[in-house]
This record gives sequence, structure tokens and C-alpha cells, in this order.
Amino acid sequence: MTFSYHEPTTWVAAHELIAREPEATVLAGGTAFMLMLRQGLIRPSSVVSLRRVPEATAIRADAHGGLSIGAMATHTAVVMSPLVRKTWPEFAEAAAKVATLRIRNQATIGGSVAHADPASDVPVMLAALGAQALVRSGAGTRRVPIDELLVDTFTTSLAADELIQSIEIPARGRYTRAVYLKFTLRSVDDYATVSVAARADIAQGYVNAPRIFLGAVGPRPMRARSVESAIVEDSKDPRPDAEALVRSDIDPIDDIRGSAEYKREMARVLTRRALRALYA
Amino acid sequence: MSEHLIRFTVNGVQREQRVAAQRRLIDVLRDDCGLTGTKEGCSVGICGACSVLVDGEVISSCLLPATYADGTTITTVEGLAQSGELTPLQDAFITEGGFQCGICTPGQLITATALLAAHPRPTDTQIDAWMTSNLCRCTGYHGIRRAIHKAAGT
Repeated sequence: MTFSYHEPTTWVAAHELIAREPEATVLAGGTAFMLMLRQGLIRPSSVVSLRRVPEATAIRADAHGGLSIGAMATHTAVVMSPLVRKTWPEFAEAAAKVATLRIRNQATIGGSVAHADPASDVPVMLAALGAQALVRSGAGTRRVPIDELLVDTFTTSLAADELIQSIEIPARGRYTRAVYLKFTLRSVDDYATVSVAARADIAQGYVNAPRIFLGAVGPRPMRARSVESAIVEDSKDPRPDAEALVRSDIDPIDDIRGSAEYKREMARVLTRRALRALYA
Repeated sequence: MSEHLIRFTVNGVQREQRVAAQRRLIDVLRDDCGLTGTKEGCSVGICGACSVLVDGEVISSCLLPATYADGTTITTVEGLAQSGELTPLQDAFITEGGFQCGICTPGQLITATALLAAHPRPTDTQIDAWMTSNLCRCTGYHGIRRAIHKAAGT
């Protein structure tokens, strides 16, 4: 179970290592990595940790009023950040719903995105907020919307030589509202049975630019396009059951956190609560 | 074999260890440092038995790569009492019945210590929010909550 292990101290050095060892596993906070390693789900030959790359934990305001969150920022850093709490308090609240305090102290935002676990909380909220990953390769950087980055269970669209440098959340508008709701079966630190993240601009009863994503009910954050269309069409006169359309937008499976049918029903209930929160 | 030299301070003592890349902090603490007060419960970061403080933050030592301890300051349950004197929190766990079998107690004490550092006069809500992820299967939660209040004088 042994592997070569590297802690580069610059992005350039990290890229050189990955170029030399394209099969290398990139290590962020390490919570998911240690679990998968112990369970034999991964057998890395080489591991490149980003923990010593300076600036990788920085949380900053960008020039347009949005947020730039370093890939190695922990969930706790996001929850406690005065800047995040001022700019996107709903994102801080979503990060606070991840697992336990101990996990939040170790697990990182970039790691959560790269891990691409469809039951994770933060990627679902990032997708709803229209966030992008700033992705670096040896050749340069590009921006990838989170919902395009996450393509399947534990699978991203990142190339082998690409690293997530930061996550960028666009600025909110004057009428932007957002919410993240999570339903767990037993205790608050469980993985979600179903979660929903929603954002929209709502002024004088008119709904604009809604983005609604559900977590744990498909191989990636699932976009509720039918619900989005309905609430835009229904501006001023919302139909009473728009949330029921979510049932056809998702693709849940039977597992230990509930049957597919149960998750569909809970998705409907949570989507209704999310819409109420947006309209409130 | 990938071995790495790590330097860290545990309970005020500076240490250097060579660790294999796949080792966990809990293995270094228990097997290399002989600090067996930290218990291994679920091994998957849920139960909280293996909680330790790393640079003041509570983490699951079963999930932290040992290499990540390099350069940090660690406190385990053995580091709470000073010169044989229990902390007020430890005393309160005894007098308020904050444990039965004791297996979860090192983790409970570590998390409660971090809680009191962040919130010296915690409310019930704050206690519940911080302690919720340290499981006690003897279900001694009320005694634990009383003990924290007693130590805080609240």
C-alpha cells in the first residue's frame, strides 16, 4: 500500500511532478483520500499533496464583487470567513452543513469539488451559484463551470495535468436570493439523502436566472430545469405544484439512504421548501 | 518505500519521526509516541473517539495523513492535565458523571476543550453543535453537557 509522496511548494513544481507522473493522485485535505486508501478503493503509486503551495488557501474578493476561494481553503475557513459571510452567507451555511466539525477542519473546498462525490454538499451549492473552477495546467489556466466539471460519480472533466487552483463564485445581484437545504436520515452529520441548492433573482414577483440543483439524486449535481422553466413562466402567478416537476429532473438510485422513490418524494418536498425560501 | 521525516510538538514535547507516506496520525501517536489515550473507534472519521487538537483545531486523527502533522502542535488527552492536576473540565466529567465505559472520553474531552477555547461560556445550543459528532454509546450526553457547563461556570 505504499506510494511515493511529494509536497511541492509552488504550482509550477506541482505541475512538473504531475507531468512526470500522470497517474499521480492529487491530495488536498486528505479525508476522502485516507478513507479510500484504507478501504482499498484506490492504490496510488504516487501522491502529490498541495498543502505547501502558498496562496492555495486564500479567500479573496474578486474585482467584480464575487469570491475567489483557494482550492486548499478548508470548509471551516469558509464558514468562519467574514468575507464569505458578508458576500455569500448562504454558501457559508452550505459549507457548515458538511459532515462534522472535525471533517470541516480538514477537508477542503477544492478537494470536495475534485472528489466529485454526488452526495457532497458544497459542489451542489457551487453549481447553483454559477461558480467556476479556475483550472491550471502546465500550459496556462482556464475557467470551467462547476456543473460542467462534474460529469459523473467520482469523475470530473479535468485532464490528467490539470489542477483546481481556486473556485470563483460570481457576485450576487441586488435581487439575488439563494438557499441550500439538506435532508439527512438520522443525524445532521450524515451524507444527504437529498439536498437542494437554489438561486434566483426575484424582483416585483418576476423570477430571473434561476439555477436549481439537487444533490445525491443522480451521478452529479442534477439541474432541475423543468422547475426553473416553470417558475420563470409563472412569474407573478406561481402554480401551486411547480416543485413536483423535479421528479423528472433527477435520477436517484436505491441505496442505504433510501429507495429511489423515497428520494424522489423527498426531492419534491425539499424543492418546495427551497422555492418558499426564495420567495420569502 | 516512501518515508518522510516529520517534526511536530505533541503535548509540549518536540518530536521527530520517520513515517511511511500512508500512515495516519493516530498510528504515530499511539504506536510511535506511546500516547494510547487517543482511542480508535470507527476508523472512518465519524465517531470522534480519535479526536485530537492540531494547531488548536479538532480533527479525526484516523483521517489525517501523518505527513500532515509536520510543523504542527498537537494536543492529545494526555496533554490536558498539567503536573498531575486535572483540568476543571476533566474534574467536571468525573463529578458530573460525564462518562460510563470511558472509550469515547478522550475524544469528548478534546472536543470540549476546543469548544471552551472558542466559547468560554457556551450555551446548550453551542455545546450541542460542537459535541454532536462525538458519539457516546453509553448515551451519557446529559452528563457531558452538565460537565461542560460546570467547567465553564455556566
